[in-house]
Amino acid sequence: MELLSLHYEVSGTDFTCAGEASGKIKKNLKELGFPTNIVRNVAIAVYEGEINMVIHGGGGVIDVEISPDCISIVLADQGPGIPDVSLAMQEGYSTAPDNVRQLGFGAGMGLPNIKKYTDEMIIETEVGKGTTIKLKVFVN
Amino acid sequence: MKISEIKNILGAELICGEEFLENEVSTACGSDMMSDVLAYVKEQAVLLSGLVNPQVVRTAEMMDMKCIVFVRGKRPDIDMIDLAEQREIVLLGTKLEMFTACGLLYKNGLKGGSGI
Repeated sequence: MELLSLHYEVSGTDFTCAGEASGKIKKNLKELGFPTNIVRNVAIAVYEGEINMVIHGGGGVIDVEISPDCISIVLADQGPGIPDVSLAMQEGYSTAPDNVRQLGFGAGMGLPNIKKYTDEMIIETEVGKGTTIKLKVFVN
Repeated sequence: MKISEIKNILGAELICGEEFLENEVSTACGSDMMSDVLAYVKEQAVLLSGLVNPQVVRTAEMMDMKCIVFVRGKRPDIDMIDLAEQREIVLLGTKLEMFTACGLLYKNGLKGGSGI
């Protein structure tokens, strides 16, 4: 299999569409024949990232590179950035507003979940500039 | 347990996915917090929730769940139903409260994620 690249734009205003890109990525990986647990792990991590983009980042872009041994994902937004990454990584810590909690998110599980379901996670963030999260899931 | 049995036990209304009613499921979870479903749920095939928005269907999709039961008489809108149909997820609606719905299914043999 050759390296496959996917690119998605995520709206920052339409919460109902959040998850569209993750669903497409999941479908692609499934069709390519990746194992179910790998497909699910990638789907959950990207979905949490996509939700974060909509809640906090004002939208952004998702780039995925798929090779037989590794799935690399880059989620980039130009939102407010994360002032304290270690705090944001704590389970239960959330800055999401009440309207987001009413939608079933904002429990402070987003970033910890992304870490849980991926093999590598690098967060590059600058307050006022945005956040880029680079993820890797190894197939074997 | 077949999804059709879940429908009967809960006296639930079928909202969509009739063709999948005979599919077998063995585990379930109940939550209104999708973040928790994504964090803690492993192999559950059924999600019971009182939350009604498209992200409930998306969450079930990411987790490979086969059926969503809306409790407390909550009804999904047409966009949610469309999304569930595309993703081949059965939607059921019951007037029962979350605790009662979970209890009835547990009593009849459906288990939680840890197999208990």
